[in-house]
Amino acid sequence: MTRRIYMDNHATTPMDRRVLDAMLPYFTEKFGNPGSRNHAFGWEAEAAVDQAREQIATLINAKAKEIIFTSGATESDNLALKGVVEFYKEKGDHIVTAPTEHKAILDTCKALERKGSARVTYLPVDRFGLVDPDDVRRAITDKTILVSLMYANNEIGTIQPIHEIARITRERGVLFHTDATQGVGKLPVDVEAMGIDLMSFTAHKIYGPKGAGALYVRARNPRVRLSPMIDGGGQERGMRSGTLNVPGIVGLGRACELAGELLESEGEQILRLREKLRHGIMSRLDEVYLNGHPLQRLPGNLNLSFAFVEGESLLMGLKDIAVSSGSACTSATLEPSYVLKALGVGDELAHTSIRFGLGRFNTEEEVAHVAERVVQEVTRLREMSPLYEMAKEGIDLKSYNWARD
Amino acid sequence: MAYSEKVIDHYENPRNVGSFTKDEPNVGTGIVGAPECGDVMKLQLKISEQGVIEDARFKTFGCGSAIASSSYVTELVKGKTIDDAYGIRNTQIVAELHLPPVKIHCSVLAEDAIKAAISDWKARKGTTSEVEKKAV
Repeated sequence: MTRRIYMDNHATTPMDRRVLDAMLPYFTEKFGNPGSRNHAFGWEAEAAVDQAREQIATLINAKAKEIIFTSGATESDNLALKGVVEFYKEKGDHIVTAPTEHKAILDTCKALERKGSARVTYLPVDRFGLVDPDDVRRAITDKTILVSLMYANNEIGTIQPIHEIARITRERGVLFHTDATQGVGKLPVDVEAMGIDLMSFTAHKIYGPKGAGALYVRARNPRVRLSPMIDGGGQERGMRSGTLNVPGIVGLGRACELAGELLESEGEQILRLREKLRHGIMSRLDEVYLNGHPLQRLPGNLNLSFAFVEGESLLMGLKDIAVSSGSACTSATLEPSYVLKALGVGDELAHTSIRFGLGRFNTEEEVAHVAERVVQEVTRLREMSPLYEMAKEGIDLKSYNWARD
Repeated sequence: MAYSEKVIDHYENPRNVGSFTKDEPNVGTGIVGAPECGDVMKLQLKISEQGVIEDARFKTFGCGSAIASSSYVTELVKGKTIDDAYGIRNTQIVAELHLPPVKIHCSVLAEDAIKAAISDWKARKGTTSEVEKKAV
């Protein structure tokens, strides 16, 4: 079998044909600018954007006007953090987050710290990647303006107890932002019931186009205010100027609508496939470790460490299968995954981690094939691994005197 | 990142994978790198009394380029005297395998493994000779 298999759905997802079909007319005959208030081309585009806003709002139980369109979740994260810090600077300057957040949050926090605009507390996480809501309570001071914690983690799939966390922030009069890039469309989201004040998400993780995202900004109880980062024509209630990306927005809307229809059945199907993959691998190989929470995790996420086999070499062996690794060799920084490090996973195991991301279009047959190939390649590479040989000889790899550079 | 054809060839068809018995007096073993750094190479050389490398084996934990570097080195050292092998530079490995800058450390590790294996052989030979002397 030489067909390529895509199992990296946390990185991006293929577009659903139904989403593309909804978008196509807005590239050609319905090309108008929704800001053109005085002719039919503009009205047509505006109607499409309004419809998308409704579709999105319905999925997360928000009001249409609470959806601010952006270029993607990174921009939404930046706008949420920088916008709140700037707007509420008279009130305070303290942000609470966690070291397992996406770089869009962590690097934004770093930038704010560097400029002296904010002080940031990074809460510890347990070995599954969970934040303790009591730690949130203890971290909040009278200078705290924002708590930002992700819904579901992009590497290990761990789902944070954001409902409980939001209850605490609400009680203390602090805003709560969640980066729900991996959660929206995969897990139920209800911004009212969950007490979310700001929420980032994007189309391309839910079978929509790249370049279209949104920030949910609560309008009432409390009304959340933001200073814009991009100034101009005053679109999106002045929070994000710039001509709207109409086809992208239509795509995000349709993707949200589909996700809402499919959420339950698709979630069950993907979970079943993931468990099949997990079992197919772990029942046939020893010394394979699950990273992240065993139960509180995204249905499509499987993150495994294959002891004694370096992750990039395994990816190379699985050449027709698209997955990703927490190994240093695959990152730009040459450091192994900072998320696994925060969980207390040792570097030697972080180097051996592989993330499988299952999605809407994966099949039983693909899962069986991937399990088979992983078992083959891990077995082959372990035969080639001095660490495997040493471990089999009973040498303790942790206390061995390595000749380090 | 795209791999060079030679790296892929060594990765898919590694030469001389395996182990010699460490206790053999004519075998030198070099283990370099560390698991938390993501690379460990074990290189073993079978060296004649005259100091010629007769055979080599490797095992590597590391990325494809690390596996390819060590595989290539086992071919490169065979038939060389230990002095010649000791003089092998990592740049030779980089050139042969077309390693990109981020993978140069793999070639450095392979060079270190040759040196470590030869040093081990020398040390063990020294010990053996002393034992022999004592026996006399």
